[in-house]
Amino acid sequence: MAAKKKTETEPKTGTKRKAASGKSSASVAATKPKAGDKTAGDLIIKVCVGTGGLAAGSQDVINEFTRELQARGIKAEIAKKCVNKTGCRGFCAKDVIVEILHKGSTEVYQLISPDKVSRIVEEHIINDEPVIEWLAGKEYHAFHDRQTKILLKQCGQIDPEDIDAYIGVGGYEGLKKALSQSQFEVIEEVKASGLRGRGGAGFPTGLKWEFCNMSGEDTKYIICNADEGDPGAFMDRALIEGNPHSVLEGMIIGGYAVGTREGFIYIRAEYPLAIQRLEIAIKQARGKGLLGKNILNSGFDFDLHIKQGAGAFVCGEASALMRSIEGKRGMPRAKLWRSAVKGLWDKPTVLNNVETFANVPLIIMNGAEWYRGFGTEKSTGTKVFALTGKIRNSGLIEVPMGMTLGEMIMDIGGGMTGRNKLKAVQTGGPSGGCIPAKHLDLPVDFDSLASVGSMMGSGSMVVVDDTTCMVDLAKFFISFTQHESCGKCVPCRIGTKRMLEILTRITEGKGREGDIDLLIEIGTDVKTTSLCGLGQSAPNPILSTIRFFREEFEAHMDGHCPAGACKALRQYVVNVEACKMCGKCARVCPSGAITWQPKTKAGISKSKCVKCGACYEACPFNAIL
Amino acid sequence: MIDKKCQRILDKYRKENGSVISVLQDMQEAFGYINEDAVNWLSEKMNVPASSFYGVATFYSQFYLKPRGKNIVIACCGTACHVKGSEAVINRMRADMAIAEGEDTTSDGNFTLENVACVGACSIAPVVIVNKKVYGGVTPDKASAILKDYDKNYKGR
Repeated sequence: MAAKKKTETEPKTGTKRKAASGKSSASVAATKPKAGDKTAGDLIIKVCVGTGGLAAGSQDVINEFTRELQARGIKAEIAKKCVNKTGCRGFCAKDVIVEILHKGSTEVYQLISPDKVSRIVEEHIINDEPVIEWLAGKEYHAFHDRQTKILLKQCGQIDPEDIDAYIGVGGYEGLKKALSQSQFEVIEEVKASGLRGRGGAGFPTGLKWEFCNMSGEDTKYIICNADEGDPGAFMDRALIEGNPHSVLEGMIIGGYAVGTREGFIYIRAEYPLAIQRLEIAIKQARGKGLLGKNILNSGFDFDLHIKQGAGAFVCGEASALMRSIEGKRGMPRAKLWRSAVKGLWDKPTVLNNVETFANVPLIIMNGAEWYRGFGTEKSTGTKVFALTGKIRNSGLIEVPMGMTLGEMIMDIGGGMTGRNKLKAVQTGGPSGGCIPAKHLDLPVDFDSLASVGSMMGSGSMVVVDDTTCMVDLAKFFISFTQHESCGKCVPCRIGTKRMLEILTRITEGKGREGDIDLLIEIGTDVKTTSLCGLGQSAPNPILSTIRFFREEFEAHMDGHCPAGACKALRQYVVNVEACKMCGKCARVCPSGAITWQPKTKAGISKSKCVKCGACYEACPFNAIL
Repeated sequence: MIDKKCQRILDKYRKENGSVISVLQDMQEAFGYINEDAVNWLSEKMNVPASSFYGVATFYSQFYLKPRGKNIVIACCGTACHVKGSEAVINRMRADMAIAEGEDTTSDGNFTLENVACVGACSIAPVVIVNKKVYGGVTPDKASAILKDYDKNYKGR
């Protein structure tokens, strides 16, 4: 077992990594600056470099830290090792987040910009006095403390571009264990864990593997679906950006269990950083003999390829995704047989979501019983959700299945931003539905969500308040699915188009009598007769909003939008008391509807107004209502 | 010119056993858009009908049949961006760029404005990406300020 030995010893021999024993961060470089140096002692600075972090300028923060440390007499190479890149911590609203481990204590800073770095180095690192006013506050802790992180545990802790960091925290141990077992034992373990596919439908993963394994063909494939197309979902991106090796390890174990030699990761081109990290990870895994021929001397050959999507939502559907890998138009086929029987190039194929694969090494390592300890009887384990919208702490959260919506939104999410009231939660993206505020005690698992006409989907959760119009939101989703419909089957192609037309006229105040019932009728037909999951779930956002917010639809029929969001139904008027007579509104008005002279209050002519909202946006005093 | 670029794509395709999609992706990388002459050239050499290329190129939103602007501005229209006001941002940028109806590139070829479904950066919504740099929490005013960095004659307010 030469290869096995090598990976075990690697973290110790690596010059960079000295095991910081007893600390949770055993993975990360613990560098001792030269004796006599002012910063003697362990110093690790972890900076988040996910898409959110980079957008907030984390690369500049890293450069600044390195520069500052050097300016204080620390050698360049040591300074570089002190500053670690990590994946996303999930709390992108407070980026750049910086964690400093110094002399045995850990402090987290939030909203750090390059100009704050100098003071942190001076006070915290040199003088041992953390800059209290920049430390992450109650919100950060409320956000993190209620979560159960098993999948995201290493995101934000280890360097995603370094395989040794992953191995240092027990990475690839699951693979070693799996390879010492039979394929059958691995499948049984996954089945016993109760793991269900995280892509949305919730099909038992172990069962899928078993079907494929028993297909009796020599050539089989395993595919990871990283075509995270649901607007509002980004857990797969964060997982790949933050801990790509966990996904690879899950795929290699899966490949071994179903008996295949080749796997594909189908990832959307909109995630350039995730693609880059996967490429690095695959290269490193090959270098360590974890991919390729005779993996860890077990006699098992397996290799992975990345396939980039080209921007089509429907390619998240299994059969469409496989057509896309084959290089064709990504159109689904009828479900005459399972992919596990005839999939990619008509060979037996297993397709699982990113998050599903990331669960696998943990299950093999810790056993099915341990895994069943999280979540509910029928939905085991944890689930990562993307909590976004009009909520104070928006970000990525991992909670056990079965936690209530209320706990997630109020406790972890910290409630609503501003003074507006919670109105609904949209789960499952364009395939899911809206759950009204009165259902806050609903436990979130596969079956409970389905019972209120929504679905888990990939786990997006968009919180909306009473300034969001539900009709407009339904229109938003149907215009998305209408645009993404591949056009192969009639119900989806024409049904979504008609529903969009009806919703458009309702939001313009031109709704006709019976339109709401017509929507229900078309929606039900599209749901029952469409070819693939896209069409079968496309009406969900409409049907669930009509079910819970029918009165809002009816108000639109009477020419009134209760949320004040539908522009065509708005009446713009000037609040004369707030008007400061600046005339900005008159300058931006495209139709000359505003009457204004210097030193007189503005007014809006109803007959000329085209309701474009330009004056509303332009007014610096909020005097236009 | 076309010969040279296409030959490179053809060699790569043969070596890696690629597909029509990967050929088109490489073509877009080399030409900036899907060039008709290049499609015909490769179609002949690969013995794949040009209609197959056209079928794939029109199916996926990532492929462009027309040349694109110097700066690529991507506005996210995901759910989180939508409820946080991406529409106002997009309307303002479209108006300021004076892009004609049904087009996505300015007449001077300086900017191409595209809408995408979701870039997965929802916690910093609304998001605008200019030439791969991600900007979060964008308002109509902030969008104008950002775009002025790319074109000092940009007519933002």
